[in-house]
Amino acid sequence: MFKVLRDLLRYNREFLFGTLLILIIVAIVIASFFAPYDEMATYAVIPDMPPGPEFWLGTNSRGQDMFWQLAASMRNTLMFGIVVAVISRIIAIVVGLVSGYVGGKTDQIIMAFNDTLGALPNIPILLLLVFVLRDQMTWGVLAFTAAMLGWTHDSRLIRSVALSLRTREFTRHAAFSGMRTGQVLLREHLPYVMPIVFFTTMNNLIWAIGLEVTLSILGFSDINRPTIGGMIYWANAHSAMVAGIWWWIAVPMIAVVILFLGLFLLAMSVNEYIDPRSRLARMGA
Amino acid sequence: MSQVLDFKPAAGTSADVLTIKDLKAYYINDMFGVRREVRAVDGISLTVRRNEVYGIAGESSSGKTSLIKTLAGAIRPPMQVVGGSVKFDFGGKHIDVYAEPRKMQAARWQNLSYIMQGSMSVLNPVRRIKHAFNDFAFRHMGLDRRAFRQRVESHLQKLGLDPNVLEAFPHQLSGGMRQRVTIALATVCEPEFIIADEPTTALDVLVQQDVLGLIKEVQGRLGSSIVFVTHDMSVHAAITDRLAIMYAGRLAEEGPTQAMFDNPQHPYTAHLIASLPRIGDVSTRKSLAGRPPSLANPPSGCRFHPRCPIAIDRCSKEVPEMLPSAIGGRVACFRAGEIAVK
Amino acid sequence: MSNLLELDHVTKVYPVGGLFSRQTIKAVNDVSFSLNNDKPEIFAIVGESGSGKSTMAKMMLGNEVPDQGRLVFDGIDIATIRSRRQREEFMAKVQPVFQNPFEAFNPLTRVDAYLFATAHRFAKADTQEQKERVTDEALQRVGLSMAEIKGRFSHELSGGQLQRVAVARALIPSPKLIVADEPVSMVDASLRMSIVNLFRSLRDELKVSIIYITHDLATAYYISDRVIIMQKGVIIESGDARTVLDNPQHPYSIALKNAVLPPDPRAASAAIRQRNLGVPVA
Repeated sequence: MFKVLRDLLRYNREFLFGTLLILIIVAIVIASFFAPYDEMATYAVIPDMPPGPEFWLGTNSRGQDMFWQLAASMRNTLMFGIVVAVISRIIAIVVGLVSGYVGGKTDQIIMAFNDTLGALPNIPILLLLVFVLRDQMTWGVLAFTAAMLGWTHDSRLIRSVALSLRTREFTRHAAFSGMRTGQVLLREHLPYVMPIVFFTTMNNLIWAIGLEVTLSILGFSDINRPTIGGMIYWANAHSAMVAGIWWWIAVPMIAVVILFLGLFLLAMSVNEYIDPRSRLARMGA
Repeated sequence: MSQVLDFKPAAGTSADVLTIKDLKAYYINDMFGVRREVRAVDGISLTVRRNEVYGIAGESSSGKTSLIKTLAGAIRPPMQVVGGSVKFDFGGKHIDVYAEPRKMQAARWQNLSYIMQGSMSVLNPVRRIKHAFNDFAFRHMGLDRRAFRQRVESHLQKLGLDPNVLEAFPHQLSGGMRQRVTIALATVCEPEFIIADEPTTALDVLVQQDVLGLIKEVQGRLGSSIVFVTHDMSVHAAITDRLAIMYAGRLAEEGPTQAMFDNPQHPYTAHLIASLPRIGDVSTRKSLAGRPPSLANPPSGCRFHPRCPIAIDRCSKEVPEMLPSAIGGRVACFRAGEIAVK
Repeated sequence: MSNLLELDHVTKVYPVGGLFSRQTIKAVNDVSFSLNNDKPEIFAIVGESGSGKSTMAKMMLGNEVPDQGRLVFDGIDIATIRSRRQREEFMAKVQPVFQNPFEAFNPLTRVDAYLFATAHRFAKADTQEQKERVTDEALQRVGLSMAEIKGRFSHELSGGQLQRVAVARALIPSPKLIVADEPVSMVDASLRMSIVNLFRSLRDELKVSIIYITHDLATAYYISDRVIIMQKGVIIESGDARTVLDNPQHPYSIALKNAVLPPDPRAASAAIRQRNLGVPVA
């Protein structure tokens, strides 16, 4: 495992840069656990201070230190995104592999359900949920719902790989070797599916964070709990750009760009590494 | 239905169409810190004469496919030529493949064409056959559209194909028909040199008979030289004039086909011939000991020595040179001619 | 005298054509033969592509069901096998060897994984040590050993070796029947005999019957006891192998035999000059 990481770090520049960028983000997130101020508190410090030696990233009009706000926001947003991505990945892999492998009527039924769910518009549904649940709306419920909406496209991708794998001779061979369906899917098919999974995870994470930011900017979430979208919402609410407090908008945006860039670089380089074709080339096939 | 030779070699040309000198081509793979050097072609010298069918035999790990790709100048990284030269003489037009790549590009299909294994690697499944002819051959012939079409149709008829096949899609034809179309495609510009890479390997036995007969007929008519690569020694017996045996990136033996079958000088050649089944003979065939050689880490000295039934101490230490053999060819073996056949 | 495998007027039909022209082809057309239980034999099915031999293989392995007729293995109609337990019982007695060894083994999986899985499912090997022991025994029977194969991927072995590993795997459940669909056509010509000899020894020493599907008459001659020759789904000639192949009667069989290239340059070039005389080629 460590040898793999070491090889990637040493020989793949994208992986190196991606790791560095993500480490910055991770450092910020870890810092959030050591914040001197309560993240929900307002007017804890002098408001509207530009970035300087005392407040590294300045302060906003609500009297919050931008650096610690960013740390907390990043942590919350990232957690939301990761929960959505992981849950929807698992559903997508299971649905895609099983549907593609089993085929026939089962496949048709599952895919009909899949496509119907995928045709539903995401934002309106989430908005509806927010309006209906109102106060009982928590981040957990939002994450779960987003996860339910986010797997349909990727399961089709995975299913197409599973379909092509089903007709390959080694699948029949595995069946005659006595491997049960689950074993075949996990051991024989999953390695071929992993590059797609990786790529779609990154996509899904970005989508989830984008969703969160959208909802928050519109004010449809618990805006007291700091998130990236929440920061932008408050910046708009206080007309930050007009008032000249540019760092209030700039800080979350730059942070999000660093996050996405880092994720992208990581995903691309790891994808190349685990792609069966490159694995085979390295093994000497 | 005999035909006069369709082209006459220009004055001032040698008898050899292809000269390869000490060719070395390796796959150099450097990924994530792992460096692998696969020596697919490791010091090969040979010549192919005009109007001859020259066979290259060897097992899957011998490097013969890499040799073919290197011959045609069709190699890409991670494969590269690390030494030696490949020179063609197309009726007076001299081309050094790796020193003059642009001349080589111009010569393709007109002077040098290929017949591949699997017609579907040449024929585009979503276009009609006539488009393949247009794409490959039109610009070389220097004719207008109508004259080109007539030339193609008469060429197809000479090969025993119905000209209506031009309007068909590849999937509408059987595998045998497609392979025959591929042969027509490769010969329509009347090239001086044709490379055939396992063209009959996946084909049924009746189709194989037909395709081989067709190749031999076309070759006789055009006077082209063909390099025919396959692992099947019976196919070499049927169609080649001279035969070269490749093992682990090097040549083991080369010589006139009949003489090689009657009296093989190299132990590997003898094994390849003895391992063929024949109808009417049910005696047990022996198989070769050991594993096929790794091209990344080949055995020292003579590469065949770990599996050779008559290997001596010298074989693992020194590399045998290609020297003239007793049957009018060349052989690389310290004990050439000592193997007993049958 | 019961039958190991019995095919009773088996027909399999495939639809072809697009939306507006529904045509059908009979891939297998009214085929009947049987293998008997008392004496193990090598039964060859010879034919070119389109003859229906691959469809036959699929039906014998239970991957397809016939449209008419029945395939009965050891008293059970193969088409009635539904539950997983029935299927595993069937697989314990009938095992395949596939045509392309490099496709049969997943290039990303170690080759011994298939052997261990077979040992676990069919030979009651639960611990790693038991699995290795069963695998090693099977490999010895094909002339290989655990030391050579352990931990290897498919690209590290030759086609001939891989096929032998595939045969070893097929032997682990101690099957009564092995269905080998063109087992040597993708293997180098010089390595074919070692596989073919192996089949002979399986019949003689392990008493396993083998259905040997091929388009190569020479190897069919070499090892089979009985042979059927198929063309477009129909059996056109059948009988004892030496008798049929020494002296074929049907024009198609004669053309097939004449198309086999003998390993001698004079005879082989004569054989290809004979093309187009006789049966029209597709």
